[in-house]
Amino acid sequence: MAKRVSLSGNEAAAFAMKQIDPDVVAAYPITPSTEIPQYFSQFVANGEVNSEFVAVESEHSAMSACIGASAAGARTMTATSSQGLALMWEMLYIAASMRLPIVMTVANRALSGPINIHNDHSDSMGARDSGWIQLYSESAQEAYDNIIQAIRIAEDPRVSLPVMVCMDGFITSHALETLEVLEDEEVKKFIGEYNPDDFLLNADHPIAMGPLDLQSYYFEHKRQEQDAMDNAKQVILEIAEEYEKLTGRKYSHFEKYALDDADIAVVVLNSTAGTAKVVVDDLRSQGIKAGLLKPRTFRPIPGKEIFDALKNVKAVAVMDKADSFGAYGPLFTDIRNIMFDNKDIKIVNYIYGLGGRDVGTKDIEMVYNDLMDIVKTGKVYEVKKYLGVREKGGEEVWQL
Amino acid sequence: MSEKVYKTGQDASWKELPKAGIIYEAGNAREFKTGDWRVKKPEYYADKCIQCLFCWAYCPESAIIVEDGKVVGIDYDHCKGCGICAVECPDRASAIQMVIE
Ligand code: SF4
Ligand code: SF4
Repeated sequence: MAKRVSLSGNEAAAFAMKQIDPDVVAAYPITPSTEIPQYFSQFVANGEVNSEFVAVESEHSAMSACIGASAAGARTMTATSSQGLALMWEMLYIAASMRLPIVMTVANRALSGPINIHNDHSDSMGARDSGWIQLYSESAQEAYDNIIQAIRIAEDPRVSLPVMVCMDGFITSHALETLEVLEDEEVKKFIGEYNPDDFLLNADHPIAMGPLDLQSYYFEHKRQEQDAMDNAKQVILEIAEEYEKLTGRKYSHFEKYALDDADIAVVVLNSTAGTAKVVVDDLRSQGIKAGLLKPRTFRPIPGKEIFDALKNVKAVAVMDKADSFGAYGPLFTDIRNIMFDNKDIKIVNYIYGLGGRDVGTKDIEMVYNDLMDIVKTGKVYEVKKYLGVREKGGEEVWQL
Repeated sequence: MSEKVYKTGQDASWKELPKAGIIYEAGNAREFKTGDWRVKKPEYYADKCIQCLFCWAYCPESAIIVEDGKVVGIDYDHCKGCGICAVECPDRASAIQMVIE
């Protein structure tokens, strides 16, 4: 029987890990994900899990230890944020290319510099091409549910890739929420035992993993990673269906909110989708056909499904909490690519909330207003805009 | 573990090659002849050798051939010519000298 509890996002992530009871957790503390390994190490100290907790000296070592453990045949998990994820960078690619099903929670935080500890998505967006599956979570509930499903997705032999479960740092990681959690036994049964085909501690079948792979083979192995990503699209949906049977909570590649008959729509990840839903409800009550698409699976990007979901919308604003300077936001780039064959749709990009800049309903109302103007005039004056940045200074001028 | 169906070699497609470059045959590094990387080659003088087996212990390529507990020569198919054996061979023996190929 499911029960209702009050947990922060970090507590929910640590609680999911406790129920999963992985063989190995190797982690290094970094704001705002610190509490995840902190709570988890308490579970270890209390004997509530059987996991081996490896306290390492950096995130580079955390991911390296995870890779070693996973290659040895252990179910392996970790958590990080921002600079920690950046320090893991080279090892992220190794984990993915060795096809190791490590599951990592990322409490999204801005990358320095300038030095900042607050939420945006520049950390995980930078890891977009590392070969990790990326799932995004609006709330602590979704983070909890995604982490449990991620174990199954990662370990599915058709996939065999690491999974990053992202939630907004502080906004989700530190905010208390009421959520529904499963019983330990239900989680155990849902994830099952981990029985990898290939692992280093298998004395009956000694193998070598991660060998030198030059011009004659590297390309083929990279092609295999793409194939695994393609397979993941189907596997993610299958596991979501099974999870829905268990919990009643429906998951897909994305959530559609008032989208089916919408004229204007916003595409946005994580917690800001919650704010946008309030605006959608408000606009709908005024008879304005506003909708929302909240991606859950960002890698692999479900192109065909997104195309179908947005094909009747007249104007779309894609909101990116990460920038690519000199180009467009990463989510926008994907969405506009996907919609390329639909010439009737107008798509604009809003960069918002960098470094934790607050984004409220007023800001998102402005975005929907802009979309209404675009529909009315049929014209897009600016493809990329910055939402909530100070464009004009005040009266006072500092004389240096 | 289920029996794997896979192919190796340069005519195998990405669908046929083992996942992630996993090598299923233990010890097949022997098939990769590293001897042609060599610039200098170790010359072994059996008459000077005191059979301390330092060279065998230090050689990173397992290229010192030992039979019945005694060094008998060098496997030039795999010796990379690093010179470690010549350095580690005790001065009073100096039974290995590096020479230009
Ligand atoms: S030169 Fe290096 S590789 Fe060759 S036998 Fe001596 S130690 Fe081994
Ligand atoms: S190190 Fe020198 S003396 Fe010792 S076994 Fe090798 S060749 Fe002989």
